[in-house]
Amino acid sequence: MHGIPRKAPTQEERDDSSLRAAKLRDLQSQLLHFHHYKIYTKEAIEISAKLLESNPEHYTGWNYRKLAVQHLLDRHQENEVDSEPPQSVLDGELILVENALKTNFKAYGAWHHRKWVLSKGHSSSDRELRLLGKFQKLDSRNFHAWNYRRFITELKKIPDENELQYTTDMIYDNFSNYSAWHNRSMLLSKLLEKRAKGYEKTENVLSEEFEFVRNALFTDPDDQSGWFYYLWLLGQTLKREPLFISSSPPHGSNLSISIDNPDCQPPFSKIYHQSKERTFPLILYFSEAVEGVNSSTVTVDFDYDGGDGLIWHPLSANKLGFSQAWLTYIKYPHDSLESCHVKVTIAQFPGIISSSGMPCSQPCFISFTASVRSNNQEHSEVQTTHKISWNVENFKAHSTHPEDANLLASLCKLDITKENRPTTPMLCMETISNEIACSRELLSSSNCKIGKLTLARLLVAHNTLITYGCMDSGTEAQYEEILALYHDLMKMDPAHVGYYEDEYSLVLMKQLTSNTESLLKLCGNYQELSSPSISSYTSVQLKGLSLSRVSCVEHLLWVQMLDLSHNKLRSIEGLEALQLLSCLKLSNNRLSSFTALEPLKMLKSLQVLDVSYNEIGSHSIDTRRYMCSSPLNSRLGSEWQLKRFTDEDADLKHFWDAYLLFKDLNLVQLDIVGNAVADERLKAFLVKLMSALKWFDGESCH
Amino acid sequence: MDETTLFPPIEPSNFDLIVVGTGLPESIIAAAASAAGKTVLHLDPNPFYGTHSASLPLDDFISFLRSHSESPSLQVQTSDDDDVSIPLATRPLYSNLEINLHSSEPLENSNKFTLDLGAPCAFLCADAMIDLILKTGINQYMEFKSVDSSFVSGGAGKLESVPDSRSAIFKTRSLLGPEKYQLMNFFKHVQGILENGSEEDMEIPFVDFLTKRGLSQKLKSIILYTIAWADYDQGKLEFCKDVITTRSGINRLALYHSSIGRFSNANGAIIYPIYGQGELSQAFCRRAAVKGCIYVLRMPVISVLMDKDGRTYQGVRLASGQELSSTLLILAPSFTIPKSLPPGVEVTNSNHKSPSNAEGKVARGICIAKNSVKPEAANCLVFFPPRSLYPEQITSVRVLQLSSNVGVCPSKTFVTYLSAVCDDSVEGKKLLNAAINALFHIAVSSSSENNEIDNLREHAEEKPCLLWSALYIQDLTKFHGAFNSIKFTPMPDEHLHYDDILDATEKLFKELFPNEDFFATTSTSDEQHLDGNTELDP
Repeated sequence: MHGIPRKAPTQEERDDSSLRAAKLRDLQSQLLHFHHYKIYTKEAIEISAKLLESNPEHYTGWNYRKLAVQHLLDRHQENEVDSEPPQSVLDGELILVENALKTNFKAYGAWHHRKWVLSKGHSSSDRELRLLGKFQKLDSRNFHAWNYRRFITELKKIPDENELQYTTDMIYDNFSNYSAWHNRSMLLSKLLEKRAKGYEKTENVLSEEFEFVRNALFTDPDDQSGWFYYLWLLGQTLKREPLFISSSPPHGSNLSISIDNPDCQPPFSKIYHQSKERTFPLILYFSEAVEGVNSSTVTVDFDYDGGDGLIWHPLSANKLGFSQAWLTYIKYPHDSLESCHVKVTIAQFPGIISSSGMPCSQPCFISFTASVRSNNQEHSEVQTTHKISWNVENFKAHSTHPEDANLLASLCKLDITKENRPTTPMLCMETISNEIACSRELLSSSNCKIGKLTLARLLVAHNTLITYGCMDSGTEAQYEEILALYHDLMKMDPAHVGYYEDEYSLVLMKQLTSNTESLLKLCGNYQELSSPSISSYTSVQLKGLSLSRVSCVEHLLWVQMLDLSHNKLRSIEGLEALQLLSCLKLSNNRLSSFTALEPLKMLKSLQVLDVSYNEIGSHSIDTRRYMCSSPLNSRLGSEWQLKRFTDEDADLKHFWDAYLLFKDLNLVQLDIVGNAVADERLKAFLVKLMSALKWFDGESCH
Repeated sequence: MDETTLFPPIEPSNFDLIVVGTGLPESIIAAAASAAGKTVLHLDPNPFYGTHSASLPLDDFISFLRSHSESPSLQVQTSDDDDVSIPLATRPLYSNLEINLHSSEPLENSNKFTLDLGAPCAFLCADAMIDLILKTGINQYMEFKSVDSSFVSGGAGKLESVPDSRSAIFKTRSLLGPEKYQLMNFFKHVQGILENGSEEDMEIPFVDFLTKRGLSQKLKSIILYTIAWADYDQGKLEFCKDVITTRSGINRLALYHSSIGRFSNANGAIIYPIYGQGELSQAFCRRAAVKGCIYVLRMPVISVLMDKDGRTYQGVRLASGQELSSTLLILAPSFTIPKSLPPGVEVTNSNHKSPSNAEGKVARGICIAKNSVKPEAANCLVFFPPRSLYPEQITSVRVLQLSSNVGVCPSKTFVTYLSAVCDDSVEGKKLLNAAINALFHIAVSSSSENNEIDNLREHAEEKPCLLWSALYIQDLTKFHGAFNSIKFTPMPDEHLHYDDILDATEKLFKELFPNEDFFATTSTSDEQHLDGNTELDP
């Protein structure tokens, strides 16, 4: 139990316990004997009871007990002489469980046995609740008892309202009770879902709950049980429809497709895409991970037909298949060079659902035009042999070109039929604003870290509500305070610095990308000056910002060249949505393994990659490996064909993670110097693996 | 004299100690002396145990107050013989008794009430008296009930629950979030001081310590008057007669907090004995009797016998005419040895001559009503801190409401005790009347001030109607010894707790028997539980 110190056993107690152990061993061997020979005599059953009362953790004992009970019940059914009536058999079991629980009320087997007995339709709810009352008085946080309580209330149809009151009483008694808060959240979810009487207005119920739990937070901010409930409430408050927020190509854009090779100087008023197969990617990006994006929920109207039967792939899907970004390929007709108009309607029919079960119900559409440009075979050769130097001089800020500025402005704008969007209820906004005020109040007297973290989360939630179109558009999203809070937290709580850095990065990225003006400062046009024949890239620079992870990619779906160097990146999750990306610079980060680069496998256009000066190979144990695909993962079994490498088994075994990453990439230029793993052997392996590779660590490969 | 002849003579006639009066301190002395192996005779002129600590039926309660409000009655002097005999006089402890009858119902059920004379008084579960009760084992004669909640007048006549513990702070609606944080944080700070000591000056006034911790006026008031139970306005140090030091303030908080949860079936920090506080003196008497103390009730002592030179105490003469001798004599504080002493008799008691006001008075009140002052509470404490009733209020008024579940009144009735320290009876009554007006609805005819009636009407429907009330003023004058062999016990005091009385009683015992233990420790286990029947189990 909580708060009672352990005492070292005295010699006497030790003797006593070894004596008991001997007795237990004896009982145990007898029971196993009975179990083996299916002996269910009265004596045998009594011995099993003795064993279980002194050792309720004996699972075989409980199983034997179940078989014995079934045996007795069967005997009764067959009307055998002197068979016990079922009532008394089951009563005996309940008494046994109670005695066993007295020995150890945290024995899973005992609680389970009781459930099993009850499933036979025995005992009364009063009796069970009385028993529970006793155990919960002994230890009000005992989660076995709470778990069993949920089972009983379900079984006996006790109204959720009563149980909610019970949690209130328990919390009043002592609010440091995770189990009680947890049960409260379970019950409230049910009541809100049912829209039970008095629980019709979710916002009102939640705001009352906020007030209730706030009492606990203010009374003892260092006690975490209330904060957990608070975060659950915050989640419930923000629970809303998933929104379609961004696409590539963007709404209203002109897409220029260059087959085989782009023009050397494409007009920058258009985005272009190079493709060998006359296809271009279409990406839809949602505010949270959704499922159900398919040809029945998303319709694509296309001058050349072919809109039906599109296959949508989730990018970065989780285990259940939910993803924020969805990808399909639209095929441009073979014979046509004319531009054509594409209209995509999202959520016209229901079926897109977020992982929290909310449907995307508001239909919205995007439209853009696509055209094919003529080819120039000669330039193709020139371009592919030229190196991308990433020189600063080659980077032209957007402002130099008013025309560019216009284009970027249109790219950055998230103009997707905003009027159709579901607005956030004012009440929700009020609740969050109120909680922010209260958090500030608490922090003015207490310097508690979880309070700071909560304030930061509340401010983020507040920003989210603003940016996702709350009616109260007068308020500007605030970022500086959140960044300062996370900065403080990194210093206050170094143990969780990784988490705070990640959160800091999310907010910083949001700040940089959410408004057109700040985003434009990062955008530009990259043109290799030394070889003007190469086409230019629309480019974004996010270097030296202390980012530890990537986010807000919905604003960057059109980027072709991205500089993320000199950050603290440990992961690049999210980049998989940038399907137009051809050049990526990740040098001077903290990437610690090839598996951390997995999202790159989805980037079919990637040609230039710089991962120099990272930590690949410096950590002998790659803690991320188990999460990623590996030869041990059955899903990859069929892919794992040792065709080209049968002779060089040793290299392949050694560099299996590099193999899995690079075999699918079509790189022309790779920089890997400055990583512990980089050596001649790896170079030879990679050059052999990627036939298109022209530049390795700045030197020509061939 | 007929009656007295009914008494058989007391055997033996010589004792180590004779105790007159069965009030709480007398009973404790008798029990402690008996436990130390002394021969003790314990006398009381009344037909009941308890004297000024007694709990009585309503009729008896009134007549006791009346009879002890009269001016001193000198016994007829019957001096003759060899020894000098000094008549024993009583002095009235009570004055200004005022009874208001709004309904005859309580009087008709007089015997269903058990009213405390020294009320309000209660126990903190961890206080010295409870420790003594457990140590002496008299808990087997008593049962207790929890005083479920405490309230404080939070201005505008509203009673707010006292946030005295972590869960109470969480629960209360009367504090804002930051106040909750401040208060809980302060409790933790105090806990830290108790565990690790502190660099801070422990002799500064507690109120300054609270100010230094940045507590608001409201929180300071809660801590000082509802948890530390201060009598005087600590904010006006010039008028304050009991400035609480930081050390004692912290100790009181510690006592309060260690009281919470000491007994598993007490809800809060405070408990009250079933059938009234009078049970406590009776329990000590029983304990004394078990150890051989002889008890004779209804036996007035007529006079104190001195040796021929009138200097040395010899014994007492009873109303029955019997003369008994003892080494030592203990008298209840209501007795006095008249001024007309033979010349040369040394009287060390100076207070006796310059009476009363030196040590102040306590105004006590008792109200009977049909409803609780707080509908959700049965047994509860209510505090009116200084300045909460009116701006000139410099002492706090404390209120203890009891229900029929402690066996002191008929069912569906509530008995409410009030007390306040005061300099004179006018001030005392003003304090109590203000508190009564804040708590009860009083029938128009009985109220003296019109504006108060108007105020009352606004809340009339929420407040219980007053059926019966009594107000009286009790003297706090203490007697500090007289003759070497004659001592006076301390008076029922102004406090809610018995700490001071117990201290004084123990000191007195040590004076009487310097070589004896005040209840020698018997082997009792460390852990105590309040079992299902709300008894204190050693």
